[in-house]
Parts: sequence; structure tokens; C-alpha cells
Amino acid sequence: MANTYTLINSNVLASSAASVTFSAIPATFTDLVIRASIRTDRAAVEDWLYIKFNGLTTNRSYTRLTGSGSAAASGRSTSVIVLGETNAATSTANTFSNQEIYIPSYTASQNKPMSGIGMQEDNTSAAYMLVSAGLWRDTAAITEINLFPETGPNFVTGSSFYLYGISNA
Amino acid sequence: MPHKIIVDCSTGETTEVELTAEEVADQVAAQKAAEADRKAAEVVAKDRAVAKAALLDKLGITAEEAALLLS
Repeated sequence: MANTYTLINSNVLASSAASVTFSAIPATFTDLVIRASIRTDRAAVEDWLYIKFNGLTTNRSYTRLTGSGSAAASGRSTSVIVLGETNAATSTANTFSNQEIYIPSYTASQNKPMSGIGMQEDNTSAAYMLVSAGLWRDTAAITEINLFPETGPNFVTGSSFYLYGISNA
Repeated sequence: MPHKIIVDCSTGETTEVELTAEEVADQVAAQKAAEADRKAAEVVAKDRAVAKAALLDKLGITAEEAALLLS
């Protein structure tokens, strides 16, 4: 059982950005957790959060469940990893989604499964939520994490990103 | 040109750099994949709604009555 939860680094956007990258991630922890509060400038109420590792665009897949309060759906892709729903430009002003991504055994010489949950917060009749199981089929240690919006093209000012390391000993 | 924020976890430094052509291409590809994904999900949902309506019509009951039967 994890007994530490250490902030590795963080960033709160002072201006909009197309993506956020945590580089040179230390290999001294057991698992990684990303907590984020984000909003994109997509011309819609919601957008999706993408992730990639070590700058690579291969061997990615995920399966998701989504809901809006009135409809539920599921889906998957074998070319990208989506880990959450986010607020976008036409959702309630000044409202940011919340995200949590868990990546166990990020330095192990095995494929890298992960889970993500992201909620679009909105003071309307619908709010979008997404739960995801992602897999990066690569045995390399994760040293870099890149987050970017599905459509955006940008995360807006005030979006915040926190990378934590968890140790089990 | 779009830019990205890089947080170097070894130094704590944050830099702002332009996306490479490869990164832009990857984001465009991801957007297309997601768009196709969403459209496919919409088709499935629509097909399901049509099939559900046809079944209710065949049974001669409303959606509320069907929900009552299943409660």
C-alpha cells in the first residue's frame, strides 16, 4: 500500500498553451498520479484530454465509458489514449474540469496500464464524464508525460497540472 | 505557431517552446481519430434508439411502461 504522495512538479498556465509536458520525471517512485483542473478553447461545451509518453505516438489504446446525465456510451481506440472529459469554451464561464490519472509501475519493464477519470463541470442540465482504461504497450520507463486537448487547440489560462509520485515503501 | 509548456522535473524550470511539426501532426491525427470515434458512437446510439422505438411500438407500450416493467 502506498504510504507517500509527493508533489514532483506542477504548472498553472499563465497563458494558453497547446500542451503541457512533464519531462525528466525521476525514477524514484513506484507510481505516478496526475491531478489537473483544466479547460480548453474548443468551440463546444466539452473536450477530451489526451496523453502520450516519452514523446512517442505508437502502441497506444484505451477503452472508455462516458455519460452526460441523460445518455451513457462506451468506445475505444487503438491509436490514442483519452483519459478524461474537460470543460471547453461554451461551457459555464470560469468553470474548470477535474482530472485524475493513475499510472502504476511507471519504471517497470512491462507495458504501462493506466486509469483516468475526468469530469466536465457545468451548471446546466448535462455534465459530461469519462472513465478510461488506457494502455501504452511499451516496456521503457516513463520519463516524459505530455498532455494535450483533443480539439482545443489550447488549454486556457488558469488550467493547472500537478504531477505526484507515490512510493510503496 | 502553437506552443507547449515543458516542466523539467529535474530542475523545476518551465519553458515555453513551439510545437514541432511531428507534434502538430500527432495532435491532428488524434483529433481525427477522436472525431471518427465520436461519430461511430453517435451512430451506435442512434441505431439503438431506433431499435428501441421499434420494439416499443411492436409491444404497444411506452418507454415509461417498459421502465415500470423492469423496475
